[in-house]
Amino acid sequence: MPTGFPLFPEQASTLASEVDGLYLYLVAVTFVFSVGIAAVLVYFAIRYRRRSESYRPEEIHGSLLLEVVWSVIPLGLCVVMFVWGAQVFFHMNRPPDDAMTVTVVGKRWMWKVQHPTGQREINELHVPVGKPVKIMLTSEDVIHSFFIPAFRMKKDAIPGRYNVVWFEPTKAGTYHLFCAEYCGTEHSKMIGRVVVLEPDAYQMWLAGGPVPVSPAAAGERLFTERNCATCHRADSGARGPVLGGIFGKRIALQNGETVMADEAYIRESILSPAARIVAGYQPIMPPYQGQLTEEQLLQLIAYIQSLSPPPAGTAPASPTPSPGAAQ
Amino acid sequence: MNSGEQDARKTMSSQAPLTLPKRHYLNADYGVRSWLLTTDHKRIAVLYLVSVTAMFFLGGAYAVIIRLNLLEPTGSLVTAETYNKLFTAHGVLMVFFFMIPAIPAVLGNFLLPLMLGARDLAFPRINLLSWYVYVVGAAFTMYAVVAGGLDTGWTFYTPYSTAFSNTNVIAAGVGIFITGFSSILTGLNFIVTIHTMRAPGLTWFRLPLFVWAHYATSLIQILGTPVVAITILLVAMERAFHFGFFDPARGGDPILFQHLFWFYSHPAVYIMILPAMGVISELVTCFSRKKVFGYGFIAISSLAIAGLSFMVWAHHMFVTGLSVYAAMIFSALSFLVAIPSAIKVFNWVATLYRGSISWQTPMLYAFGFIGLFTIGGLTGLFLATLGLDVHVTDTYFIVAHFHYIMVGGTIMGYLGGLHYWWPKITGRLYPEWWARVSAVVVFIGFNLTFFPQFILGYLGMPRRYHVYPPEFQVLNVMSSAGASILGVGYLIPMVYLAWSMRYGKVAPSNPFQSTGLEWRTTSPPPTENFAETPIIDEEVYDYASPPKEARSV
Repeated sequence: MPTGFPLFPEQASTLASEVDGLYLYLVAVTFVFSVGIAAVLVYFAIRYRRRSESYRPEEIHGSLLLEVVWSVIPLGLCVVMFVWGAQVFFHMNRPPDDAMTVTVVGKRWMWKVQHPTGQREINELHVPVGKPVKIMLTSEDVIHSFFIPAFRMKKDAIPGRYNVVWFEPTKAGTYHLFCAEYCGTEHSKMIGRVVVLEPDAYQMWLAGGPVPVSPAAAGERLFTERNCATCHRADSGARGPVLGGIFGKRIALQNGETVMADEAYIRESILSPAARIVAGYQPIMPPYQGQLTEEQLLQLIAYIQSLSPPPAGTAPASPTPSPGAAQ
Repeated sequence: MNSGEQDARKTMSSQAPLTLPKRHYLNADYGVRSWLLTTDHKRIAVLYLVSVTAMFFLGGAYAVIIRLNLLEPTGSLVTAETYNKLFTAHGVLMVFFFMIPAIPAVLGNFLLPLMLGARDLAFPRINLLSWYVYVVGAAFTMYAVVAGGLDTGWTFYTPYSTAFSNTNVIAAGVGIFITGFSSILTGLNFIVTIHTMRAPGLTWFRLPLFVWAHYATSLIQILGTPVVAITILLVAMERAFHFGFFDPARGGDPILFQHLFWFYSHPAVYIMILPAMGVISELVTCFSRKKVFGYGFIAISSLAIAGLSFMVWAHHMFVTGLSVYAAMIFSALSFLVAIPSAIKVFNWVATLYRGSISWQTPMLYAFGFIGLFTIGGLTGLFLATLGLDVHVTDTYFIVAHFHYIMVGGTIMGYLGGLHYWWPKITGRLYPEWWARVSAVVVFIGFNLTFFPQFILGYLGMPRRYHVYPPEFQVLNVMSSAGASILGVGYLIPMVYLAWSMRYGKVAPSNPFQSTGLEWRTTSPPPTENFAETPIIDEEVYDYASPPKEARSV
């Protein structure tokens, strides 16, 4: 982390230089216009200063040509900002397919992190250099915002929703992790550090500490403990839809619509199963609202995501998660 | 014009010592009752002037403690809990009780009927009601701030405000809810007045730009304020009766709150800046002694800004997980606001060209406004740019940006306007030397306070932080040092303006030789504004013709 008197933040992710390029373009436009306008203003104010109380300057009404010129030039510069900014934003919002998923839960006033291999951390995040990391973000209480300035990356952690961000660290080191959305008394202490390690050091870090249980394995255990498996068996004909292979697929619903079986849908189907019932099933599953922690929900989702599709021939017509889901 | 007035003019021009007119709105009646039950728009403006000034200095006092606390990274002056209440109080008081009413309710109230050649606003009693509504709202909010405080930030984000904060959310909310009606009543009054009470010959395109700006502002006030009122009501219902509008634990959506809140609160930014733009248009043209350049473009750009202001709210929400396509649309619309804003700035600068430019205090404020608003506006583009907003949103970059607009823009405009119309309001001149000094002090103090915050923001310092990493200290100390200079810059006018009410030189009816209708009556004006309804037979800002003097009384 920087010390002393920095004027520009460190660049430590692939996105950082993209954002900085954009920033410098806008700084240049701002500089040219504000200095230009100030210079013209000061020049006019001195050149045409009042010399005589009786002098009445000639009337000038305006100029359509000038109005058009000074509307079109800023508009052109803005179009560049818009297109460039949107490109960078799209890049920020499209995690690479090979990114490893780390889940982060915000809670007043700490960040709870779990790695795909099961390691847990609080207010620390260890990641390797050169590997894209996707953060699956939510909150247990109020809205927080997960902000790593050195990566030029920020996203709100919102209770009841999953938000995704990603980054690819480019430089080993330790960087600030801030909560950027005001969340109450100790908001300014909801900070932590991101430790970017060389791949070897990262492997050593993973190997250190107690043998972890991966989120998917923890989810499998929950799946059994909470009796989800009674209805969501791996064969058709059960009371609940078969869950293998449904993650990321479109599912037909009772009401004729379809829905993407993503994290948000699976979460909803566990907490309020009757909200969107899969075609061909009855709304018999009890709601699990208030009975699972955010981390347990993420583990169940990781488990469902890890399931492979059932063998050919046994799969139901529409692959399905839900209403019955979990009982 | 009768012969008595002719004589009065002769006396004035022959350098005899000026005296205040025998009868004017300030001495028309005496006693507390005559003020508290007045329906004279000028007296109501003075009531507002006193109340918003009190709110400004109170809000400023909170800022002083905030800046003192941030001198050290460990924030050792106050506790985190207190700090959160301080920045909330600062924001709530400044936004709802100073910035929104300041120019419309003080200068607008005083000047609109004068500029229109009318005797009063269309609904004088509603005008008085709006002040009482404001005072009651302020009282509720003051109660909330004093009795335990409020720690939600002025933004009241859910579910923190509805389910987690242990402070006086409902009392403060009720205060803001009530004050909103004051804003709606003022807006309504202005719109009706501008439509129906213009003097004969005063066509729409002969209206001063100050009036155009207030017309656009009033539209936003009556269309936007009800939305924030409803939103506050929903927050109060969720907090008090556990309705599940916003709290996900009760099946609500916290992001819905942000959509509703910003649907009002973004346009509210234009409620704060448009009237200041109106003031600057008046100052630039008067102190250049030259018709404003591109009158029609400046007038219409106010309406364009008002219209666009309702279509850009989600640019406050780019990191909430808003769909990327929705984000693109809001980004594009936000850039469009830049065009009418740029048109205004370019036209003001072009007005100076070949003018006869005076460096009197109001013009110094206008120069300051143009420079600072330009920086504030351009840094707004950073926030409309999707890929860049992600990094700077919720940091000190935002804090710096909106203070450049609100403080560098609106307060500069307000102070410029207050000095310009001070002789009309009080009948006395402000002391020019002190006023120029304070304008320069404000400009320097302002920049030293807020420019370092842009750098802090890009470095990544989040806003609303009670403690911060030590590498941000130098810039924070610079900012606090600037704030102390700025504070002095605001105290000096407070002192000399109060002094000038008794000891200032008596002002002529038109000390700056302006063409505006408000300068054609005495300083201060009589209760009925004009002895006879003026008839307008010349174009607006007709500086090429010789100045006209007071015709009435």
